[in-house]
Parts: sequence; C-alpha cells; structure tokens
Amino acid sequence: MHDAITVFRKEVRENLRDRRTVINALVRGPFLFPVLFLIMFNLQVSAQFKNAGKPLPVPVVGAVNAPNLVAALSQMGMVTEPAPEDPDGAVQAQRDDVVLVIPAAYAAHWNRGQTAAVRLVYDSSRHESDQSAERLRNMLKSYAQVTASQRMIARGLSPSVALPLAPEDRDQATPQSRGALIFAFLPYFIVLTAFLGGMYLAIDTTAGERERQSLEPLLANPVPRSSVLLGKLSATTLFAMVSLALGVVGFAVVGRYMDIRRLNMAIDLGVHFFAITLLLMLPLVLLLTCLQTLVSAFAKSYREALTYLSLLMLIPVLPSLLLVVIPVKAQTWMYAVPLLGQQLGIMRLLRGEMPSAVDIAVCLLGSLLAAAVSFAIALRIYGSERLAVSA
Amino acid sequence: MIEVENLRKSFGAVNAVDGVSFVARDGEITGLLGPNGAGKTTTLRMLYTLMKPDHGRVRVDGIDAVADPLAVRRRLGVLPDARGLYKRLSARENIAYFGRLHRLDEATLRSRSEALIDALDMREVAERRTEGFSQGERVKTAIARALVHDPKNLILDEPTNGLDVMSTRSLREFLFRLRGEGRCVLFSSHIMQEVVALCDRVVVIAHGRVVADAPPQTLRERTGAASLEDAFVEIIRQSESTAG
Repeated sequence: MHDAITVFRKEVRENLRDRRTVINALVRGPFLFPVLFLIMFNLQVSAQFKNAGKPLPVPVVGAVNAPNLVAALSQMGMVTEPAPEDPDGAVQAQRDDVVLVIPAAYAAHWNRGQTAAVRLVYDSSRHESDQSAERLRNMLKSYAQVTASQRMIARGLSPSVALPLAPEDRDQATPQSRGALIFAFLPYFIVLTAFLGGMYLAIDTTAGERERQSLEPLLANPVPRSSVLLGKLSATTLFAMVSLALGVVGFAVVGRYMDIRRLNMAIDLGVHFFAITLLLMLPLVLLLTCLQTLVSAFAKSYREALTYLSLLMLIPVLPSLLLVVIPVKAQTWMYAVPLLGQQLGIMRLLRGEMPSAVDIAVCLLGSLLAAAVSFAIALRIYGSERLAVSA
Repeated sequence: MIEVENLRKSFGAVNAVDGVSFVARDGEITGLLGPNGAGKTTTLRMLYTLMKPDHGRVRVDGIDAVADPLAVRRRLGVLPDARGLYKRLSARENIAYFGRLHRLDEATLRSRSEALIDALDMREVAERRTEGFSQGERVKTAIARALVHDPKNLILDEPTNGLDVMSTRSLREFLFRLRGEGRCVLFSSHIMQEVVALCDRVVVIAHGRVVADAPPQTLRERTGAASLEDAFVEIIRQSESTAG
C-alpha cells in the first residue's frame, strides 16, 4: 500500500506538470461538452419555434376557384403567392415548401354541400416542408370545422351530433420529465467526459512508460507489480473523477442559459444531481480506468494505445443509442449492467426523481464487480514478462 | 555476490540462454562479454528478476531470486539497457522516487542523494528537469537512482553506451571506487577498452553459453593473442567451430 501511494503521488505530480494532460482532463473535457450541448440545444429550440407566429407563404393554384377559402386562410396567416407551372416539380426541386392546389370543381362541390377536395403538395422528408404543410393543414381543418358547425346549425342540428366521442388528454409528464427526453444523451456526454479525463494518463502511465524505456528500471525496484498497477490506476481515476465533477458542474452552469421553459420543461442539475451522479459514476470510472490501462498495456506505443482507446470510446454510446431506438421500461436488473445502469440512473435524476435505494445499490454493485474483474485481468497482464520489454 | 547456476531461457523456438553459469564476487568487477544476441541482456534480466529462468538458479547474497524476488531486488542496484528517466521530474526527484520505492526515510534519502550527486559530479544539473539532458547526464542520473539505496551488488547493462570520453573516464573511476568499497560489480559490454580497463574477471558468452571465464590476462595467454580483442575473436571462433 505504501508503494502504491508512492507511485500514485509521483504520477499525479508528474502529470500535473504536463500541460497537454491538464488541459485535456481539467479544461477542455469538462467545458467542451456542456458548451457543445448548449449550442445543439439552442439550435434545436430555435428551429422549432422559428416559424411559430410568422406568416406562411403558400403558392396557390386555382385561387380563383375558392375566393372565400383563400380569404379565410389569409386571415389565419397565409400569404398567397403566384402559382407555379408544375407544383410537384416545384416542391421536388425545393423551390417551394408547400403548394395548395384548388381544383376547378371545388366551387361546384362546395355549393352542393358535398365534400370539396383540395390538394396539398409537400415533401414530408424535408423538415421545413413538413412543418409548413402541417400549419396549412391545421388552417384548413379549422376552416372546415367552422363551416361544418355552421351547416349543421343551418339544418337544425347541434354540432355535437358529429362529435360523439371526444378523448381528453391527461399527460402525466411533468415539466421536468419532458425535459429528460431532450437530455437523453446527456449521460453519454457525462460518461465520455470521465473517459477522456483519464485517458491520457492511462496511456501515459503504461504504454508511454514502456515507450520511453522507463518501465524496466521502475520494475527493477523491490515493489510488487500489483502496487505499481494500483498506484497508476489510482492516479488515472483521480484525474477522471475530477474531470467528471467539473463536467457536471459545467452542465449545471450551462443549464441556466438554456431556455427550457419555452418548451415547458424543467431539469434538475443541482447539488442533488451532482452528488448522486458522482456516486453512481465512481465504480464505472474504476471500470473504465482498468479497461483503459488494460488496453494500453497491450499497445506497443503511445500512438497505438491512443488508437485502441479511441475505438473503445465508442462502446459507451451503445446504451444511449439503444434506449433512444428501443425505449424500455427501466427494471431493477438493468441497473446492474455497467453503463446502462448509470444511463438509467442519471436520466431519472434529471427528471428530478431519486432512483430507489435498491436500484442505486444494484448499480454500484454491478459496476464494482465488473471493475474487479477487469482489475484482475489488468493485474495478470502487468505480471507478464513481456510487459516491460519494449518492442 | 551473484551466483548463477545453469541458467536456461527460451522464447518460443529460440534458446536465448542455454546453460549459463558463473560467479560474480564481492570486491571484484566482473565483465560479461559477448557478440550481439549472445544472451547477455536476457541473462541480466533474470538476475534482476524481470524474467524467470526456465531452468537453473540465481542467488544474490545467498537469496534465491525465484523464491524471494523482492529481497533480491533490494540487494541490487540496476542500470538496465532501458534507462529512461521521467522528463518532467528533476534529476533529484527521479532519484528520490526510486529511493522512496526502496522505503528510505526522507533524511537518509536526502543525505544519500547529496553524496551521489557529488560523487557523480551532477551538482549543476541536479535541480533541472531531465528533459534535454545529455547522454552523460542521463546515465549519471540513472546510476544515481540505482545506487541511492546503497546496494551491495551492482548490475550494469552496457553502461558506457554513447558516453563521451570524459564521462566514460569518470564512470570508470566511480566503478573502481565501488569496487574498493567491497561491492560486487557486474557489467555487460562489447567495448574491449572498457573491459580491459575495468575487469578483474571476464565471462564470455556466445550463443547463450559461457565459453570462457577468466581474468583478461589469462584469456590472452590462453589464446596467445596480443590484445583482449584478438583473444575474444579467437574464443568466439573456437566456440563456433565446436558448436558445429
């Protein structure tokens, strides 16, 4: 233990003197993701609200066939534009977002009280087109609704005759839980921050030492290899946890600048979130650190280790992707799976809820077990004769 | 004292060390001589317990290296061929790191570091970060950290590799001093000049085996050669013909 502490202190001191490591672990990592997130979020929000109250320009073919309809739509915000020769072609060529086509037979059907058809030409695969078409569709429905009610009253019927069933929505999502939908990939960013925070140390303390030919003289000292490994792992874990803590604080700060309330959402990134997230992440950080060191021990050079670890970095994205594509109901056993458990736990904390004590315990145990196994494997590799011998 | 008995070590199909036996005594400088690939470095690695022999025994001050590798490492000061320093630590901090791994208390560590820095004439560079050190300064630092725990036995793998004349001479004098203190010094080299100047005894290794084990004078007499270099070449030639 004494030896492990000696190794730990030297690794920490040495790496604090390395500007690149310090910048990556303590500056870039924690600030990069929160800022990135803020930008992504604000872009998304502004895209959603951009057109909300603005007038909707729509080229109309056959406007002369339905002057009342066109007047009503204009009152609702539509701006009539000259008709294109080929409506389908115009939408396909992305010259127009949506084209309203009113056939010549419209007036005849309308006056006879029959259902009159109009055509909306749009492209659902384009977000702008889809949005504009939806707005126009809503305007048309609104006009149709009003007309229908008028016709029924004229015939001596109550409009409710045509509306026998009216489902009422009672959405259980609180403003906070709605916020979590957008933040579904926040846990991924948090895991990545911890991963990157310790990565350079994990490489440097193993593959780097070997490449600089300092591992062999180190091992000539009367210290068991397990102590050397433990010291290096501890230093790496420390940097990863500090990076993580700074990252979570970064998200909390950035959270204030996000206009969540516009979307009728709220998220909790306060002290409570900070503390429990760090607790849940600790065993995962241990696991990641062991894996990083293990992989680095295989690499013959610093650069090779960096390549392997960059690939390893893709693994944490799997649970996040999975949950987005296949939303599953969180069950207790899922908390035992490293990465998945932390993902579920953090998402709950974001909603302002507290995962149950059992869930937390299961999550910690599951990740600790995985960390112990990877530590055992790393220990084995550290014991091999080839470890200190550079290629 | 370092006693080596019938060491064997293979890497796959390659028999790197194939029956090496010799004794390095206290108060003597023993040289390990041999062509490239003869098995010198592998032999030394088994002595400082970086590797385990497939067969045979290593004993340092009577302690078996396989039975108690940590005790053996406590009694050895090692300058391996790989002698990388920590660039962002000063020379003194490099020395201190190894000293602490040897469980030296701070006071002893400080006094021994001072003594070594003086003995190796490192006063000027002691507080500087080792990044940018010259070859000579690097070797001095590596030797200092290998000696900070005052080991009785010293193992040096090609110590004068890349050193200039002045540094080589001062290293030579330093090794004589250590011998005078009654320590056991074992070093490997293929630089004849060094071997002639330093060694009380020469162990010649070729193809993983000991082909000669005697003082340099005796080797010259045995082969009738004018210089140790000629004697060495002759011994190797003879060993290759007997090996078929």
